[in-house]
Amino acid sequence: MTVVEETPLSGAGHAPPPPADAVVRPAPPRPRRIGGVTRTGVLSLCGAAASGICVTVLLFGQLAPFSGALGFTVTAYLVFLAVYAVLTGLDEDAQAVRDKVMTVVLWTAATLLFSGLVMVVGFTAWRGREALPHGNFFTQDMQAAGPLDPLTHGGIAHAMLGTLTMITIALVITVPLGLACAVYLNQIPGRFSRFVRTIVEAMTALPSIVAGLMVYATWILGLGMQKSGLAAGFAISVMMLPIVIRASDVVLRLVPGNLTEAAEALGAPRWRTVWHVVLPTARSGLATAVILGTARGIGETSPVLLTAGFTAALNADATSGPMVSLPLAVFNFVKSPEPTMIARGFGAAAVLMALVLVLFVIARVIGGRGPGHRTKRQARRGARASRADVRRFEELRAPGLSLFENPGEPLPGKDAPTAPATGETD
Amino acid sequence: MLTPRRLDAARGLGDRLFRLQLTATGITVLAVMAGVGLFLLLRAGQALRARGLSFLTTAAWQPDVHNFGIAAVLTGTVLIAFVAVVISVPLAVGTALFISDIAPRGLRRTLVTLVDLMAAVPSVVYGLWGLFFLQQHVIGLSRWLSEWLGWIPLFRVDGTQPGEPLASESVFTASTFVAGIVVALMVAPIQCSVMREVFSQAPAGEREGAYALGATRWGMIRSVVLPYGKGGIIGGTMLGLGRALGETIAVYLIISPVFAIQWHVLQTGSNSVSSLIALHYGDASDFGMSALMAAGLALFLLTLAVNFTASSVVARSRSGAQSEA
Repeated sequence: MTVVEETPLSGAGHAPPPPADAVVRPAPPRPRRIGGVTRTGVLSLCGAAASGICVTVLLFGQLAPFSGALGFTVTAYLVFLAVYAVLTGLDEDAQAVRDKVMTVVLWTAATLLFSGLVMVVGFTAWRGREALPHGNFFTQDMQAAGPLDPLTHGGIAHAMLGTLTMITIALVITVPLGLACAVYLNQIPGRFSRFVRTIVEAMTALPSIVAGLMVYATWILGLGMQKSGLAAGFAISVMMLPIVIRASDVVLRLVPGNLTEAAEALGAPRWRTVWHVVLPTARSGLATAVILGTARGIGETSPVLLTAGFTAALNADATSGPMVSLPLAVFNFVKSPEPTMIARGFGAAAVLMALVLVLFVIARVIGGRGPGHRTKRQARRGARASRADVRRFEELRAPGLSLFENPGEPLPGKDAPTAPATGETD
Repeated sequence: MLTPRRLDAARGLGDRLFRLQLTATGITVLAVMAGVGLFLLLRAGQALRARGLSFLTTAAWQPDVHNFGIAAVLTGTVLIAFVAVVISVPLAVGTALFISDIAPRGLRRTLVTLVDLMAAVPSVVYGLWGLFFLQQHVIGLSRWLSEWLGWIPLFRVDGTQPGEPLASESVFTASTFVAGIVVALMVAPIQCSVMREVFSQAPAGEREGAYALGATRWGMIRSVVLPYGKGGIIGGTMLGLGRALGETIAVYLIISPVFAIQWHVLQTGSNSVSSLIALHYGDASDFGMSALMAAGLALFLLTLAVNFTASSVVARSRSGAQSEA
């Protein structure tokens, strides 16, 4: 593989071609600076930016019939790039110029993407400011509030309760099934589990509306059940299941092999190894997987749209009657042309986003710890357990059992190999 | 005398039960996943039998008079996903490279978290943003594109003349293009996190080798990171494509549905399979529901094909092989 096509060393470009008996050596090459901020770099960036803006103002104001804020930005950016390339080219070789320009381009791509996020989140929070300060927004449902009522009437309590119910149902199904399936994929390798893994991976991007359709086809059309919170919970489970399995599978693979091997070497059966070693080691990662899956499940609209029906009233019974979740409520609010309804929609969206954000932060705090890292409480619990083990072992140090003899510590009766280890403690 | 424990797969009753239970879970999950396709097929059978192959070639959607097909909605779906991928891939590759190689070291973890957070923002929120914010700001860009690139059929907009600044703006709203931008913003973080994962696994020895030979940072990226991460780029792109094909709510909120094959991405009116289902499930008759199920099945098969291709590309490339271990 060619790593670089040409490696012109700085300074070698304008060195005279050495004579046949080269006495005059070119200056020793300086190592290339990789990254980092230099004064020249900052100055040429500023200069290029200034000239980019000026040239564009000139173009737009005087020379060409261009218009529009977006066109201005794009033109200014292109001029900026060109000027920056020229400025760096004054004292760098072609490779370094390309490097500098591409660095700026990559910065731009990242800035664009992250400013997109800030815009989406910020816009929703900003438009939600009308509805959020009203306390009734969180405590009432929409049953008594018509579309023309001001924001002091009605709220999204029914949607909040619905989201909570549905996600609880989904978690009750997804967590045991998903984690067990991830353990299965890791612990029982073979052709079948490879097949299951392939299917699960392909299903991670299952269109959520298809998950809704599936539950609609089986539960509502097939079994003749009503649209209800339970059906929506099922639909969300179908959607969340592959996500949770895949994420937990990845985390379980990170459990160090020597831990499980140590457990096996101590004679633990497989299920004890999994229960006492693999799962506790991967605990934080598994929690992250579940929480991220929950965040996705909470935000999905389309499976709920097909399976939950719609109601404006508070319904605490998941098994009968329609139920509304937050995203579905948002969807229905903003379909209305009334400004107050749209404001309610944005308020509900802001609440939903806050919920996702909180879940996400929890996931990061838990998942930030590496596998095997323990909190203080877990460490104390572990210490307590091993003290109990020490006591148990001491009781086991019965005469005649050579199991707990410490070979590194000379015992009083070392000459006689069958000497009973009487209960010394250390 | 203690004998070493036998290390065969199932030791004792507990382990056998454990294995049995795990295998049962695996089968259950597989059954659920297979059930998705199976039940859709079962329900769709009625509509598919009635229409046969013309289901694929008809653009209209009038199931009650047995005149329906997915030609229009499938084209719309693919076009929206295409616009989304064209916009999102450069952003995702750039951001992934930025995070893996350029960003200041202290910033990287925060950026990774932000990208993951972006992937978790509910799609309805993106839809709101697209509907109430992006739509009005993108008209200028649409107009510019249609004026200068209108000779390309894809960018042509009927009902507006070049150099007519006061033409009605409504021909540019609710278009495939707007929906595509919103979906692009939704799938870019997913693509970005797959790509970043692969880029950051590029072997340190090769990176240092490139630097030792005098490469610049971009030279190193081009000669080591990008070739190594090719599988990740393709796989991430396809994964994003799969998400883009299936996106419902954001697309539903933005587009105004038309039931004709609409190639002009800037022109108002578009459609997608998932928004078709969301639009019609409420008032569908039995037969109409079967037709919707058939449309859902087509979408399901399409995304499944895309995903399988994605995962096999990632698995076959060098980058995937390493992450598999």
